[in-house]
Amino acid sequence: MKNYNLTHLKELESESIYVIRELAAQFERPALLFSGGKDSIVCFHLARKAFAPAKVPFPLVHIDTGHNFEEAITFRDDLAAKYGAHLIVGSVQDSIDTGRVSEEKGYNASRNVLQTVTLLDTIENYKFDALIGGARRDEEKARAKERFFSHRDEFGQWDPKNQRPELWNIFNGKKSVGEHFRVFPISNWTEMDVWQYILQENIEIPSIYFTHERECFMRDGVIYAHTNVIPLKPTEKVEKMQVRFRTVGDISCTGAVLSKANSLEEIVEEVAATRVTERGSRIDDKRSEAAMEDRKKAGYF
Amino acid sequence: MTDFSTAGYLDMDLLRFTTAGSVDDGKSTLIGRLLYDSKSIFEDQYEAIRASSEKRGEEYVNLALLTDGLRAEREQGITIDVAYRYFATPKRKFIIADTPGHIQYTRNMVTGASTANAAIILIDARKGVIEQTMRHTYIASLLRIPHVIVCVNKMDLVDFKKEVFEQIKKDYEAFASKLDTTDIHFLPISALKGDNVVDPSKHMKWYKGPTLMYLLENIKISNDQNHSDARFPVQYVIRPMNSEFHDYRGYAGRIAGGVFKKGDAITVLPGGLTSKIKSIDTLNNSLEEAFAPMSVTLTLEDEIDISRGDMIVKTDDQPEATQDIEVMMCWLTEKKLQPNGKYALKHTSKEVRCVIKEIQYKVNINTLEKIAEDNTIGLNDIACLTLRTTSPLIIDKYKKNRNTGSLILIDESTNVTVGAGMII
Repeated sequence: MKNYNLTHLKELESESIYVIRELAAQFERPALLFSGGKDSIVCFHLARKAFAPAKVPFPLVHIDTGHNFEEAITFRDDLAAKYGAHLIVGSVQDSIDTGRVSEEKGYNASRNVLQTVTLLDTIENYKFDALIGGARRDEEKARAKERFFSHRDEFGQWDPKNQRPELWNIFNGKKSVGEHFRVFPISNWTEMDVWQYILQENIEIPSIYFTHERECFMRDGVIYAHTNVIPLKPTEKVEKMQVRFRTVGDISCTGAVLSKANSLEEIVEEVAATRVTERGSRIDDKRSEAAMEDRKKAGYF
Repeated sequence: MTDFSTAGYLDMDLLRFTTAGSVDDGKSTLIGRLLYDSKSIFEDQYEAIRASSEKRGEEYVNLALLTDGLRAEREQGITIDVAYRYFATPKRKFIIADTPGHIQYTRNMVTGASTANAAIILIDARKGVIEQTMRHTYIASLLRIPHVIVCVNKMDLVDFKKEVFEQIKKDYEAFASKLDTTDIHFLPISALKGDNVVDPSKHMKWYKGPTLMYLLENIKISNDQNHSDARFPVQYVIRPMNSEFHDYRGYAGRIAGGVFKKGDAITVLPGGLTSKIKSIDTLNNSLEEAFAPMSVTLTLEDEIDISRGDMIVKTDDQPEATQDIEVMMCWLTEKKLQPNGKYALKHTSKEVRCVIKEIQYKVNINTLEKIAEDNTIGLNDIACLTLRTTSPLIIDKYKKNRNTGSLILIDESTNVTVGAGMII
């Protein structure tokens, strides 16, 4: 008999497409949370596969802290235009201007936490009942316990102690009015899987994932991009460095790595050789041992 | 990860396994050991657990801390929920469903087992086969995990004695012979010291079998999917409604069993209309054939009315359509099953309502005895039920196909998933 066996990447792809189609079938107003980072780009690519030759039947939602890398924003707009996707932007600056949140102060001020309010407001304004997120279980210990279909109560909160069991591939997206779901199609992918898939499918990603020269400075062992977003301490020196970003998020909490990787092949080799986790360069996770758990409970991505 | 190659990485397959053990069997240590010895631990993760171990005054780096969970759990000193872990060797990628053995033990193990190809069952060499071992074995068999690996752990604490291992093996086989699992492996290990986990033991020369890692890398999983009975539950209907694909009507889904080829004669259930497969589409190209578990889009030669919840099957091999369904049900919540109660039911892409018509018997999962006169089905209980659904389901027996033989029950007042059912 013929060998009907899928490679692991094909099996993961198939699982993710299945999850995205379940979302489209089970919810009335779904959307895809799009940050311009590689994980959400892969999710969008999978969504295109799920519904071809039709267009992706839901909008992209970007929660813009106003502190994003220009390259990521340009990439986002180009991608939406290229595939005729409807893009909705929730602005943290607007949340600040209307007094919904107030800006953190000090050298390590970040808009990362503020995003949760803007995100939940956007969900409420547009009456979204399910949002795709690109989170993976290998990223972080709170995420290791996430479901594919993750319930959020009417305040957008996650209750990790009381999650619905998820059996086989049967997803229960039932909810009461005002509640919503977060859906994570690439739950079972690792960072390496994502990069290998981007390479295999030749998926376009923002230029800041590749090596480039940039004005940077060091703080607490992390390389930061020098921008007007993060004020320099008197002792900190700006230098030109050859860097790339391993993750793409808000400038104030995304660290760069020294790298010469100039192609997807080189990035894959670099990821294979690296001995530090991807979120090791994410300052947002370093605030406390349970930083992600706390933010997720409050309604974060 | 040394010897990394992209070509190799793209050619690996995927093994999902679950781990079951009772408290202090060394399950977390074993998982930590697999992750650590396969070099899947990053420096910052290792540094974090090294610091924690030191803070706790432990003399060696406690690998069990690698699987430490949420703060909510640490506060109570227990793990509540299934956690998923990932590692890869040059041969295979692995997903571990790490299932804690506390309060919701059955619920957790059933969840982890539902998608697993293999189960690791841990036995403490000093304690031998205990009630929990039998329970884990029963669940593995009930959920039809194709491969079971029994690890007799803590061999270092019984002086690596062959007789201890052989006795446990004998006891286990006596119990397991009453069950369906056919592929069972036994290994003497020490997760703490690393014996027979990734590297062969220097202390147990009498053991000639493979290490745990070798087994995990080499167990044959290509037959774990049903590739003989073609089943395609329709998930979503694709209608582009644009000028280029004006009349396109595609049926999107994930193949739940068997192989579909272009030109195959098919029947759409429950309606019974027939047609032929015109194309098997993906984003980039059309395929000549597709098999489980691929996600594809089918188009048919004839225009027939098909919607989500219907099932496309090959005309010469049809499953049963019925409203009366017999299941083995694992109950997942504190709130007890209501005899004669009504629940929402999900099966493949179909959702119906059902009524619990009869509780035939409850299983004592420690002794496998059937208890006929007990209608109280609560958390962690397993019972044989008869259900009556509002409209027919297209079913196979669970032992024939896990995808078309499984279902869940949902409490209509709370929307919570309360039952996991396997069709018998």
